[in-house]
Amino acid sequence: MDVLTLARLQFALTIAFHYIFPPFSIGLGLILVVMEGLYLATKRPLYHSMTRFWVKIFGLMFAIGVATGIVMEFQFGTNWAAYSRFVGDIFGSALAAEGIFAFFLESGFLALLLFGWDRVSPKMHFFSTIMVSLGSVFSAVWIIVANSWQQTPAGYHLVETAAGRRAEVTSFMSVVLNPSTLNRLSHVLVAACQTGAFLVISVSAFYLIKNRHRDFAQASLKIGLLMALVSAPLQLLTGHSSAVGVARTQPSKLAAFEGHYAVSAPAALNLFGWVSERNERVEFSVAIPGMLSWLISGNSQTPVTGLRAFAPEDRPPINFVFQTYHAMVAIGMMLLALSLLGAFYWLRGTLFQSRWLLWIYVFAVGLPQLANQLGWLSAELGRQPWIVYGLLRTKDGLSRVVGAGEILSSLILFSFVYFLLFALFTYLLDHKIRHGPIEEELGMPGKAAL
Amino acid sequence: MMNLNLNAVWFILIGTLLTGYALLDGFDLGVGALHLLVKKDEERRIMLNAIGPVWDGNEVWLVTAGGALFAAFPHVYATVFSGFYMALMLLLVMLIFRAVAIEFRSKQPMAWWRKTWDISFSVTSLASSLLLGVALGNIAYGVPLRPDHEFAGTFFGLLNPFSLMVGVTTVALFMMHGAIYLVLKTEGSLHERVRGWAKNAIIFFSISFTITTMATLLFLPHMVATIRAHPMLFGISLLNTLAIANIPRELHRGRDFYAFLCSCAAMAALLMLFGIGMYPDMVVASNDPANSLTIYNAASSQKTLGIMLRIAIIGVPLVLAYTASIYWVFRGKVRLDRSSY
Repeated sequence: MDVLTLARLQFALTIAFHYIFPPFSIGLGLILVVMEGLYLATKRPLYHSMTRFWVKIFGLMFAIGVATGIVMEFQFGTNWAAYSRFVGDIFGSALAAEGIFAFFLESGFLALLLFGWDRVSPKMHFFSTIMVSLGSVFSAVWIIVANSWQQTPAGYHLVETAAGRRAEVTSFMSVVLNPSTLNRLSHVLVAACQTGAFLVISVSAFYLIKNRHRDFAQASLKIGLLMALVSAPLQLLTGHSSAVGVARTQPSKLAAFEGHYAVSAPAALNLFGWVSERNERVEFSVAIPGMLSWLISGNSQTPVTGLRAFAPEDRPPINFVFQTYHAMVAIGMMLLALSLLGAFYWLRGTLFQSRWLLWIYVFAVGLPQLANQLGWLSAELGRQPWIVYGLLRTKDGLSRVVGAGEILSSLILFSFVYFLLFALFTYLLDHKIRHGPIEEELGMPGKAAL
Repeated sequence: MMNLNLNAVWFILIGTLLTGYALLDGFDLGVGALHLLVKKDEERRIMLNAIGPVWDGNEVWLVTAGGALFAAFPHVYATVFSGFYMALMLLLVMLIFRAVAIEFRSKQPMAWWRKTWDISFSVTSLASSLLLGVALGNIAYGVPLRPDHEFAGTFFGLLNPFSLMVGVTTVALFMMHGAIYLVLKTEGSLHERVRGWAKNAIIFFSISFTITTMATLLFLPHMVATIRAHPMLFGISLLNTLAIANIPRELHRGRDFYAFLCSCAAMAALLMLFGIGMYPDMVVASNDPANSLTIYNAASSQKTLGIMLRIAIIGVPLVLAYTASIYWVFRGKVRLDRSSY
C-alpha cells in the first residue's frame, strides 16, 4: 500500500477508536449533572448512589478518551506535516485553545469528581461535575471549530512564505464561526446526548430484565429516556440544518450524499439505493422525486448542483459516502422511534415490564455509537479529495519524510494496542455493570476500589 | 502589543508550558519509575494514589504544549514530529499504556492482573522519561535538516551518545523529583524507605548531570555561547547548582516541602538554561546552520501570535487557579478511601 492510503488508514483507525469515548463523556457528563443536581435538591440517597455509580463508569470512559486523545494531538505533525505547515496558523490555534480552555478544566475538576467525595462539600462536588461536563463541551467546541474550518474555510488569506504557501488568519471570529461550525457543533452535541442517554438506558434495562437494583434502574431509565426523547427530534432539526448548510457550502459532498449526478437539476431523495459510479446513477433505489430540492430550499423544482459539475478527480468516493450517510439517517430515525416507544409504554405504565423493549434497549447502546462513526465517515469522506475543502488536497498534506514502512509499523502497533485496549475496556465495563451500584455505597475500606 | 517581540514571547510561553510539564508530570513519571521498589499491595496503592488525582492534569501540560507549538511554530511541530516519527509513536504508545495501567491496576483483585499493570506502569514511566530526554538531547545536539527544513536524519541517528546521556539524566532527575514528592505524601516505614531512595536518586542525578554538563561544555559550544556573551546569565547556572545542593540539606533537616521546591527550582533553572542556549534557534541543523528552524522562520503570522497571546492571557491564570486548588484539596499524606485507585 502507498503512503497516502496507510496514513489515511492510521488516521481513520486512531480517530474512530478515540471517538468511541468523547460522546460518552459529553452525554454522560450532562446526565451526571442532572443526577447530582437531583440529589442536592431532594437529598434522596438513591440519587447519590446513582451519581456515584455513573461517575465510576464516566471515569473509565474518560481515562481511555484521554489516553487515545493524546495520539490525535500529535498525529497532524507526525503524518500530515505538509498539512500542518499549511494550516498551523489557523488549525493549530484551535487545538491550543482546546488545551487551555477545555483540557485543564476537565482534568482539574475530574480529580474532584472522582476522588473528592470525602474531601470537598457536596455543593463543591456538584460544581466540579458541572465544570467537567462544561470542559467536555468546550473540547467539542474547539475540535468542531478546527474540523469545520477544514470543511468550510473562512477568515483566512493565502500567503506565499519562504517555506511555501500557507493559509493565514485574517479574522479569528470568522475562523471560529465559519459557515459550518454551528450546524456541525449542534449536530455533534445532540448526538453525544443520545450516546450518553442510550448508555444509561441500556444498563438500566439490563438491571430491570435481571430484576436487580430496581429503584436505581427505574430512576436511571427515566432520566436516560427523557434525554433521548428531547434529543431525538432535536437531532432531526440539526441534521436537516446541517444538510442545508452542506448544500450551500460543499455541493460536491451533498451530491455524494444523495448520488445526484445531473449538473443542475431538481433532485430526488433516495430512501436507499446503490450508486454505480461507472454508470453515474443510483440503482435499486426508492426515491421521492424533488424531495431533496424541497428539503434544502422549500421548492421541489429548485436545481441542485450534481456530481457531473465536478471533474472526476474532484469527486469524493460516492457510493461509500452515500451508504454511510443513509445508514446514519436511518439510525437517527430508529433512535426517534425507540424513544417514542419508550414514552408510549411509560405513559401506559408498563415500561418496566415490557421485556421485549428492554431487551432492545440493552443492545440499542450500539446504535448512537454506530451513527456517530457513520456520520463522521460521511462528513470526512464527503470532503475528499480535499483535506481543506477547495484549498489543499489530502495527498498534498502528507509528511514528506515518513515512509510507507514506518507508517505500516505504527499502524500495526496501534491496531494491536487498540484491540487490546478495547478488550480490556469491555471487560472492565462489563465487570462494573455486573458489580452494580448498591455495593458501591457500603464503602467497605479497600474493597470499594475493586 | 505594539513593540512586543511576539516570536520571543511565544518561545518563552512554550518553554513555560514544557517547564510546567517537567515540574508536574516529572514527579509522577518518577513515582512510576520507583513503583516496583515496593512489594506490598497496599504500599503500591499508596504510591499510585499519591499521584492519583493529579497525573492526568499533569499530562495536559504536554498536550497543550503540543497544541501551542502547532499554533505558534507550525514548522517546528511538523519537522520534529514527522522527523522523530518512530520515537514519537513509541512515546505515544508508552503514554497510552501508562494511563491505562494506572486506571486499570486496582480494578481487579487478581495478583497476576495487578502485577502486570504494576510492571507496565513502571516500565512505561521509565521509557517515557527516557524518550522525552533523548528528544530534548537531540534538539540541543542538532539534527540534519534539508534546506526546506525537513528532517534529513534517521531513527538510529537520534540514538547518539549525547542524547542518550540527556535521556539518562532526565530519568535520574524525574526519579529524584518523584522520590521527594513521595517523601511528602507517605508515612511510617514506607516514608523512611522513600527518604533513602531520595538520597540515592540525588546521587544518581548529580553524577549524570555532571557528565551531561561536561559533555555540553566540550561538544556543544553553541549551547553556552549566549551565556559566554552575557555573563550575568551565569547566575541562573549558579542558582541551579545551589538549588540542587540544597535538596539533601533540606531533607536532612526534615523540611521536605522546601526540598521539593528546590527540586522544582533546579528543574526550572535547567530548562531556562536550555532555552537560553537554544535561543533564537528552535531546532539546530547540524549539517548547515542556515537550515536551522528559528523563532522567526518557523513561526505563524504575527496576527496569530497576537491572538494566541490573548488566549494565553485569559487562559493561563485560570489554569494556574485550577491547578493550585486541586493540589490544595489533595494536600497532605495519602489516605486510601473508597474512591482510591
